[in-house]
Amino acid sequence: MIATGLSALWSHWRRNPLQLFTLVAGLALATALWSGVQAVNSEARASYDAAAATLGEGQYDQLLPKAGEDIAQETFIALRRAGWLVGPVIEGQIGAAGAQVRLVGIDPLTAPGGLGPVAGGSIALPDFLEDRPVFANAATAAKLEGFIDAPIVVEPSIAPDTAITDVFVAQRVLDAQGSLSRLIVATEQPMGRPPLERIAPALTRRPAQGGSDVGRLTDSFHLNLTAFGLLSFAVGIFIVHGAIGLAFEQRRGMVRTLRALGMPLRSLIALMAAELLVLALIGGAIGVCLGYLVAASLLPDVAATLKGLYGAQVSGTLQLRPAWWLSGLAISVLGTGIAATGALASVARMPLLASARPRAWATSRGVMRQVQMTASIGLLGLAGILAAFGNGLVMGFGLLACLLIGAALALPLLLDGALRLAASLARGVTAQWFWADTRQQLSGLSLALMALLLAMAANVGVSTMVSSFRLTFTGFLDQRLASELYVSTESIEQARALEAFAATRTSEVLPLLSVESELAGLPAELYGARIGATYRENWSLLASSPQVWDLVAAGDAVLVNEQLARRAGIWVGDALTVAPETTLPIAGVFGDYGNPIGQAIVSEPLFAQLHPQVRATRFGLRTDDAGSLRVALTAEFGLPAQSITDQAQIKAFSLGVFERTFTVTAALNVLTLTVAGFAIFMSLLTLAGMRVPQLAPAWALGMTRRRLGQLELIRAVVLAALTAACALPLGLALAWVLLTVVNVEAFGWRLPMYVFPRDYAVLGLFALGAAVLAAAWPARKMSRTPPADLLKVFANER
Amino acid sequence: MNVKATLFAAFLALAAPLPATAQGFGGLGSAADEAFAVPTPAPTFDFPADHGAHPEYRIEWWYLTANMTGPDGTAYGLQWTLFRSALAPFETDGWDSPQIWFGNAAVTTPAAHYTSERFARGGTGQAGVTAAPFEAWIDEWHMRGETFDVLNLRAAGPQFSYDIALTAQGPLVFHGDDGFSVKSEQGQASYYYSQPFFDLSGTLSLPEGDVAVAGTAWLDREWSSQPLASDQTGWDWFSISFDAGEKLMGFRLRQSDGSYYTSGTWIMPDGQTTALPNGSFDAEPLESVDVGGREVPVRWQLRVPDFDVDVTVAAINPQSWMEMAVPYWEGPVTVSGNRKGIGYLEMTGYD
Repeated sequence: MIATGLSALWSHWRRNPLQLFTLVAGLALATALWSGVQAVNSEARASYDAAAATLGEGQYDQLLPKAGEDIAQETFIALRRAGWLVGPVIEGQIGAAGAQVRLVGIDPLTAPGGLGPVAGGSIALPDFLEDRPVFANAATAAKLEGFIDAPIVVEPSIAPDTAITDVFVAQRVLDAQGSLSRLIVATEQPMGRPPLERIAPALTRRPAQGGSDVGRLTDSFHLNLTAFGLLSFAVGIFIVHGAIGLAFEQRRGMVRTLRALGMPLRSLIALMAAELLVLALIGGAIGVCLGYLVAASLLPDVAATLKGLYGAQVSGTLQLRPAWWLSGLAISVLGTGIAATGALASVARMPLLASARPRAWATSRGVMRQVQMTASIGLLGLAGILAAFGNGLVMGFGLLACLLIGAALALPLLLDGALRLAASLARGVTAQWFWADTRQQLSGLSLALMALLLAMAANVGVSTMVSSFRLTFTGFLDQRLASELYVSTESIEQARALEAFAATRTSEVLPLLSVESELAGLPAELYGARIGATYRENWSLLASSPQVWDLVAAGDAVLVNEQLARRAGIWVGDALTVAPETTLPIAGVFGDYGNPIGQAIVSEPLFAQLHPQVRATRFGLRTDDAGSLRVALTAEFGLPAQSITDQAQIKAFSLGVFERTFTVTAALNVLTLTVAGFAIFMSLLTLAGMRVPQLAPAWALGMTRRRLGQLELIRAVVLAALTAACALPLGLALAWVLLTVVNVEAFGWRLPMYVFPRDYAVLGLFALGAAVLAAAWPARKMSRTPPADLLKVFANER
Repeated sequence: MNVKATLFAAFLALAAPLPATAQGFGGLGSAADEAFAVPTPAPTFDFPADHGAHPEYRIEWWYLTANMTGPDGTAYGLQWTLFRSALAPFETDGWDSPQIWFGNAAVTTPAAHYTSERFARGGTGQAGVTAAPFEAWIDEWHMRGETFDVLNLRAAGPQFSYDIALTAQGPLVFHGDDGFSVKSEQGQASYYYSQPFFDLSGTLSLPEGDVAVAGTAWLDREWSSQPLASDQTGWDWFSISFDAGEKLMGFRLRQSDGSYYTSGTWIMPDGQTTALPNGSFDAEPLESVDVGGREVPVRWQLRVPDFDVDVTVAAINPQSWMEMAVPYWEGPVTVSGNRKGIGYLEMTGYD
């Protein structure tokens, strides 16, 4: 009986291979995008974790010098002997220019538990201490060849461009005997320790979840990706829901027959569920494979973007992790379950003797509409409340979710209203029939149209955000990279000589002075600036007090960047403590889109007074003739060519980062739009077969098949255009949320929002094109329906 | 106490974040490299220099256990241990030192057992031992004094700390053959002497508050380069102070075939010793308890027929498990039977 039942169920798919294809393809697409994005995210996270595990940044508090770079080894010993359980870390760059590797030296004996040179490695501590190898992944190991005399052990789990070794080796290679970079504080500390200030007053303690934690910084980026993945999955599930619903509707007759023949309802339901499970697993497996391809092609761009944006190292190679397979399959099965629950329930409730006539696709359901409307209003209301009162990154994404789902639910109602209006305005029989028929089809197409709406809105929203970001950033670069040449020197002596050399040849020499510090309780950088024409003319401030540059130049005021101002809740007029016993009023706030952490700028003399040990070795040079200055610097002054960087070079590099962000976004946009187009195509295709009875009378009344086909195309365009019209405001709302809520929470800066009507128009055309393409084949099929089939409608009329 | 060498090797291999491989651990535990010095019979000790470190030997420790009572008569125990393990037989002045130090401290009450451990590398000043004035230290823990006879002892963990004054009331005691202590029938041996006559007073800081304590302590000094025989699986070690003034050190090395090798020292109140060769000291487990899923004997019958000893040794806190990188059992005991007394029991190889 079970075999017979299965073969009966299967025969449906045999007769409708296209439906089977729709179902599996929908599942595969949904799973592919979801698991692809998850793969990219988890790969990136694994890289951060590897870095954090080796560097102890995420898990443990750290002690850092309040100013400068180094901690004397005696301070480490003094802390240990006072009962502070800290582990030393020394780090520095080695390797060829352009292929530098961060060398990290640790002491495995005092490193807090779990923080190993090579978590998951395969070397015993005695061997580590005897051989003192350097651990690095294969790519990094290649860069180290010739720069290190210790044995190199390849360990894939180590973060890219990072090498880990014993503190002894690192100090020797970095020529930093007796000095350490930071100390990692173990979680458990003994009783009766004296306070830090008494043992090491020059150190400051940075809590484990510090502001510079790479994982936290990149969260927003990953959330963006996740949101995209989820969106695509939702779109894919719309497709699956449509395909399953259709298959079940069409099989109502078969279900009735099977039950009449004595098959228990329970077995039948179980068989259908099992059938769907198998299909879900097949679709999921294909999807995971596709997802791997998506991830593998996206990852290099994502890795490059993350590196450029946050300095986070992500290995560009993808590893197959069992977790993706499992989560991909699970999400496919889950999605199928969600999509099929309603259909299975309706089969279970179907009375044995009920008519097998498919009905759900032909009539609009009043109750459903009520529910939809209530849910939609509720969600949009919630979105409004979140926008007004919520804060935090998670809230921002909750707001996005409410907005998108609420809008998607509202779409069929809006379209229905628009069509009703059109119908009432229509003159002529054909037009009235067209609008009425379109309205009637709406319920069958609404899921696909919702998918289109979401895809378009996401497109508008994300491209608005990225483009706004790019415009702002380009302007910011022009302002910030004012110097024509950037020069770095080897030593303080050379720096002094360079200043003297350049004084007569340039209009201004701008030293780059900075020190890592803690401002308003947040990790930040303090800059010393030589206030001159460059600053006065080029820098535009978000907010400033009168005579801002005079005040700063005189050392009477400080400038802070926007992220510091927003995070610390300070603004122009407030006071900021820039060093112990030095508190200055804030005279201005500047936009700073180039780095995630806080910055403050004081005048050069004040900086020199606060940090006499910090001397500038890098300079920006203002000149009208960059070419000849460059020649003079290399030929006359003897500076190596690689110590001089062109302004154009830096700009190109910085913009390159955003181009790559753009590439990732564009790729995801295209993918989501494709999925949405596919959804429309499938819905139209399945509807086309069912609509023959509705078209037959129109044909019998004298409308040609060709005309009917044309009307089908026009209908697709009308619906897509209406959807696009709804998508634009939704997309702009999305962009607003991304720019003013998500960005501020994630990066600390608020970007001005620009609109790009031309881009939206192009996108609208694309959407219409997708709709036309999707409708073309069904319309063509319709126009080719043999007259005999149309006639049969009247012969078989029930 | 050579088991501790193995123990320490295992500590090193396991405690560190680097997972040990059989090779790595085995390599450290294999026969002493020709480069390391090896204990030879009939030693002559040079004090105070020999209280200090012997980097040319593979392993060494300063191991103090104490029995104490609080103002209300409650019995307490404490342990302070500094191990040295060398990867190579020399010391340097920096991070390239092959000398590795390991500290272990505990306080035992009848109801609780607090422990802490520390690791350090030689050469940096984080841990070490100087002979005169004597100081053995790791981090903020120390055992120090102008001479070896008057010492101050400190250690702290997340839940406890102690600050103890020790005053020797008798001479050093040499185990085995004038300090040359044989550990197996194959001849593995170490240099081994003790100061079992410390009087003690000081303060324990426990989660429930400070406790003034007084009592006695037993300090073991031992160094060697040879590991145990390969068939030795674990170790039960007793240090007993009888109320009448005599003291007994005895240990039982368990072998994989179920037999065991014993050794011990009978110590008169004036410090005179008699070595107890294999078989003349016997320890028999009477009762085991479940300690975190392991069966550990916490009541023993000790017999030394030559000195008319037939006593029962019982743990004050049967749960004195040292839950550390490599776990073992160490805690204070009471002695009853034909003689009364107190002491310390250490057992390894039950995990």
